[in-house]
Amino acid sequence: MRGPADLKLDRLTKRYDAVTAVDGVSFDVPAGTYVVLLGPSGSGKTTVLSMLGGFTLPSAGRILVGAEDITLVPPAKRPTATVFQDYALFPHLDVVRNVGFGLSVRGVPKHEIAQRVTAALKLVGLEDFGTRAISAMSGGQRQRIALARALVTEPALLLLDEPLGALDLSLRRQMQEELRRIQRTQGRTFVHVTHDQEEAMAIADLIVIMKQGRIEDIGPPSRVYERPRTRFTANFLGESTVLQGTVAACADGRVAIDTVCGRLEVAGERAVGSRASIALRPEALRIGGGTDGDQPLGEMRVEDCIFQGSFQRISGSNIHGLRLLAKVEPQALPAGECVPISARRGGLVLLED
Amino acid sequence: MNDRPIRWDWVSVLVMSPLFVFIYLPVAVLVLFSFHAGQVPVPPFEGPSLAWYAKVLDSDRITTAGLNSIVVGVVSSLIATLLATLAAWGLARHRVPGARAIEALLFLPLAVSYLVIGVGLLVAFSAVGIGKSLIAVGIGHVVLNLPLAFAVVYGQFDRDQARLEQAARDLGATEVQVFLRVTVPLLRPAILAAFLLSLTFSWDEFIVAFLLSGFDPTLPVVIWSMLRTGLNPQTNAAGTLVFLASLAAGIVFELALLRRRRDARTR
Repeated sequence: MRGPADLKLDRLTKRYDAVTAVDGVSFDVPAGTYVVLLGPSGSGKTTVLSMLGGFTLPSAGRILVGAEDITLVPPAKRPTATVFQDYALFPHLDVVRNVGFGLSVRGVPKHEIAQRVTAALKLVGLEDFGTRAISAMSGGQRQRIALARALVTEPALLLLDEPLGALDLSLRRQMQEELRRIQRTQGRTFVHVTHDQEEAMAIADLIVIMKQGRIEDIGPPSRVYERPRTRFTANFLGESTVLQGTVAACADGRVAIDTVCGRLEVAGERAVGSRASIALRPEALRIGGGTDGDQPLGEMRVEDCIFQGSFQRISGSNIHGLRLLAKVEPQALPAGECVPISARRGGLVLLED
Repeated sequence: MNDRPIRWDWVSVLVMSPLFVFIYLPVAVLVLFSFHAGQVPVPPFEGPSLAWYAKVLDSDRITTAGLNSIVVGVVSSLIATLLATLAAWGLARHRVPGARAIEALLFLPLAVSYLVIGVGLLVAFSAVGIGKSLIAVGIGHVVLNLPLAFAVVYGQFDRDQARLEQAARDLGATEVQVFLRVTVPLLRPAILAAFLLSLTFSWDEFIVAFLLSGFDPTLPVVIWSMLRTGLNPQTNAAGTLVFLASLAAGIVFELALLRRRRDARTR
């Protein structure tokens, strides 16, 4: 089998009669990256995965793994393996035969199959369950079997189609860590599809945010979260307050924008007089006056405080009716009170749209 | 699985009991009087005796008819199941022009009465020169059972099965390997169920067999002719044997279906 390899998508497109499900998606992934395709349903993320697996043929564009163009290679001959959403385990085979299926159909010698299956089951923590029937396994165990069955074939690219969707929250968290651990240990490229933004941020090296068949934003989780490129990303990945305004001045890579919170300065370039939007994460909103480079945002009337352990989530609005969200250290703030607010230095991000 | 505790609901028992008596009493009486020692199967019951069973197994007419029924049943069910499986495979896994129409045509005979089909076959066979024979009955039973067998096997080709075939391909299986290692094993309970269903229907079928069997009658035809000469515990004994054979096939059929459902649940 092949080792880890770089992945390249080149203007990948899928059209169905009237609908373009995937519209010119291009990105490059170095070997050993955990990629998460994130987006709402209908964003085309599953279609991209299906094209990577060979189950859907692209209308245009190319897929390269290393130097090999696999765009038209049938699934059986691809250096990919898939963990299906419903696991698709073979009900007529026991755990060991399920995991060994991919090796067996490739004619790997029996003793080698036995060794590799044992190693794969050990990797997912199921070494003692080999002779069980699939029907005797729980949802979480089936998920692990599906993972072992795909990994045992040593794919250059492991594709995961909403693999944790059927699991309960605590099991999902645990599996996220395990996926991460296995991916790091093996150094393979994983491509994982999900609509759960917390899951994406927890496991990804690289998040690809999709919307209506296009890439909306792409980058490491911290960058995509802290400095969203578009309004969609700002709202889809966590919560944001979006401030709209008119560009008053632009010089030296700084833009001054007049908003309902006053004139604000952000990094970027924009023509004077044009409309512009600024994203503000709840973590970047500070209760109190501006100090140390913070930008004052006027006053907020507190409407609701929710205690969430290590922090407190405060929602409110300013005098112009703009909804504001803040995550601050727990403190007593009665509803109805008006408090001065400010944005942390670098907390204001100029959006592209 | 239903894990609720068992609770006797007396109203249900009251309603269901007469129903079951109504359904099973005739069979129970039939079986009971097959062990009757007297000449006429009417109460009071005398016996038990196996004399009538000895007579049944001694009668060349009945044993030959039984053999005819087995041959017609097995051969026609094998053919019906094979054709049904191929039709289901073709319609489920390939793009066939007019697939909906073919599907409808395959199911249509279910809606036509056996008498109409029997008479139609009789006319058609005489037109092409196929005389009344076991072969004619066999062809008739293939016609009757093909829609049922098709329905049973076709139902197995669902999305789950397609997903599993896709998973096998993803893991590197060739089309032949997908068919032999995934499709056929998953289909096996459905194929067995289709075969057994066809077998029991053929085994019991009277109208078409009566019209087409000629000088080689099947068991139901012989039992019917025995009834014409009056009631006789020998008929009960023959009927009981027919019933037991159907019951056995029915039980195997249920077990096959049960396995299919259990398999389906694990997906």
